[in-house]
Amino acid sequence: MSGRLMALWDWIDARMPSLAQEYRKHLAEYYAPKNFNFWYYFGSLAMLVLAIQIVTGIFLTMHYKPDANLAFGSVEYIMRDVPGGWIIRYIHSTGASAFFLVVYLHMFRGLIYGSYRQPRELIWIFGMLIYLCLMGEAFMGYLLPWGQMSYWGAQVIVNLFGTIPFIGPDLALWIRGDYVVSDATLNRFFAMHVIALPLALLGLVVVHLLALHDVGSNNPDGIEIKKNKDPKTGHPVDGIPFHPYYTVKDIVGAVVFLAVFCSVLFFAPELGGYFLEYNNFIPADPLKTPTHIAPLWYFTPFYTILRAVPPLFNSQFPGVLAMGLSTMILFFLPWLDRGTVKSIRYRGTLYKSWLAAFVIVFLLLGYLGTEPTTVWGQFGFDAFFLDTREIATWAGRVCTVIYFLFFFLMPWYTARDAARPVPERVTP
Amino acid sequence: MKILFLALLFVPALATVGVLPAVASEAGYRLDRSPHDPNDLVSLQSGARVFVNYCLNCHGAQFMRFNRLVEIGLSESQIRDNLMFPVEKVGETMKVALGTKDGKEWFGVPPPDLSVIARSRGADWLYTYLRTFYRDPKTVSGWNNAVFANAAMPHALWTLQGERALEVLQVKSPAGHVAAEYRWSQVSPGALNAVQYDAAVRDLVNFLVYVGEPAGQSRKRIGVVVLFVLGVLFVFAYALKKAYWKDIH
Repeated sequence: MSGRLMALWDWIDARMPSLAQEYRKHLAEYYAPKNFNFWYYFGSLAMLVLAIQIVTGIFLTMHYKPDANLAFGSVEYIMRDVPGGWIIRYIHSTGASAFFLVVYLHMFRGLIYGSYRQPRELIWIFGMLIYLCLMGEAFMGYLLPWGQMSYWGAQVIVNLFGTIPFIGPDLALWIRGDYVVSDATLNRFFAMHVIALPLALLGLVVVHLLALHDVGSNNPDGIEIKKNKDPKTGHPVDGIPFHPYYTVKDIVGAVVFLAVFCSVLFFAPELGGYFLEYNNFIPADPLKTPTHIAPLWYFTPFYTILRAVPPLFNSQFPGVLAMGLSTMILFFLPWLDRGTVKSIRYRGTLYKSWLAAFVIVFLLLGYLGTEPTTVWGQFGFDAFFLDTREIATWAGRVCTVIYFLFFFLMPWYTARDAARPVPERVTP
Repeated sequence: MKILFLALLFVPALATVGVLPAVASEAGYRLDRSPHDPNDLVSLQSGARVFVNYCLNCHGAQFMRFNRLVEIGLSESQIRDNLMFPVEKVGETMKVALGTKDGKEWFGVPPPDLSVIARSRGADWLYTYLRTFYRDPKTVSGWNNAVFANAAMPHALWTLQGERALEVLQVKSPAGHVAAEYRWSQVSPGALNAVQYDAAVRDLVNFLVYVGEPAGQSRKRIGVVVLFVLGVLFVFAYALKKAYWKDIH
């Protein structure tokens, strides 16, 4: 650093020493395990996508009009007449899907290496709150282009709240601000999407990181590096400072991620209808219900669970309950897992089989949610227990049961799992 | 780990060829693949001519500005003299005089705006739809469509294609599956023969795809540059990481 810059830094440091302290605490002297692998890129990538979404979002709000008569046109205005508008809009729409992709991989990392286990339960809970916040953010943001899928997707999801006994209809009315999704709904969703939820998200990301840096990062071996410190330096033997080691490594990950991101952005921004649905290029029409309403891909596993549960007393509430439970149950993961080891590397076959089943079932649920329930045709026979003969609905039901069994039986199979001995030091 | 990274680097290449939009037709009529070429300026200009002459009377493209057509090789005076029927200023959008209320009264539904029709329907659907109108005395307009049954739109291009009739036969295959077979016949000739008509529709679809996303072609050109820059950046980022990590075992 040149003399002048150094002098400036000294000037700041004399007046605000906490800046240097925080830099040391969170970057230069934050000791992270040296054996982070592929799965450890997605935390920093999630932050990168958050930053991308906030910056592009700011520019989109400069031209977007949250008005039922103008919203659809203002998005097309951004796509055509605003210089560089199309690129900002595509970054934001691709970023929404990328955010979920990255967060799902980040959560899966936590799952396989037991990162949610003691002493990191709070990190996991903050992470889950981020995930819920993100779902709200995505749902409300998706209404804003005011296309057919925006409109009817919002209609369906708000109606889910309407199925709650007693308070449901009033609750749905309160959320919408009208008897149907309308201009009032669009305005409040816009407010939530651009101010309330991003603020909550940022706050939660901060506490997620504070909690992480207090207890330290887990690693693919699931052992605590703080237990083995160098007596001279007091730093973990298997730890390396986050900066510069993981900053330079994460830059590589970010470049690779951006290459994938930009391939979608520039060559297939709709990604075959998975990132931008074709029907959403039709302006919202409250009088014309589309034949097939599907949420975007990141909600589809839960959407299938919703559709899989048969109604009870003409109420869809059991399905809504199951869908709610399917996300909420993740909060309890730290207490459901009774395994003696954290990482999948030292878990037994029992746990690995359940995890494999869970992954397959989650992907299947996700796929089924993008398709109409008739996608696999019907059973050729009629049995007394069949309330529907749609094969896909039954497949969804089986998957839903396995999804919940993965969690409900977890205390049992993790405790009985034949774990292998865990090494003293981290392995590559 | 390195192999995984290299594999990820190939994902961009895969993404460019692997993802093809597929929009299913409603009536089960098999969609033809649209042969349009977004780089063919002559085709786009011809499509623009068909569009303003045959579509822009009932349908608007209210988000598309006339003067943007300089992108497909037309000059502002060419646009003003040959294409601008409904508006006065070249910077205006392709609005149409037909009001929503009149449209609803005349056709049952107001003719939809065509700005992003290629994005919601897909090029293949449009290309097939515009070539599968047939005479049907049972409908109000006297026209019907094989792709979009009971479409409210009459055959706007019938003077070009002529009148056709359709006979749908239920044919049983040797394996026992029943499939619909479509038999087309020409009732009266149009101004164009079948090959010329297909070409005219191809040009129109090409234009509609362009109107759906005018930035579509520059998007791909910029994308190639961005990916190249990221590729170069990757080399440096990877070398930097290697250099820092050489002492970590």
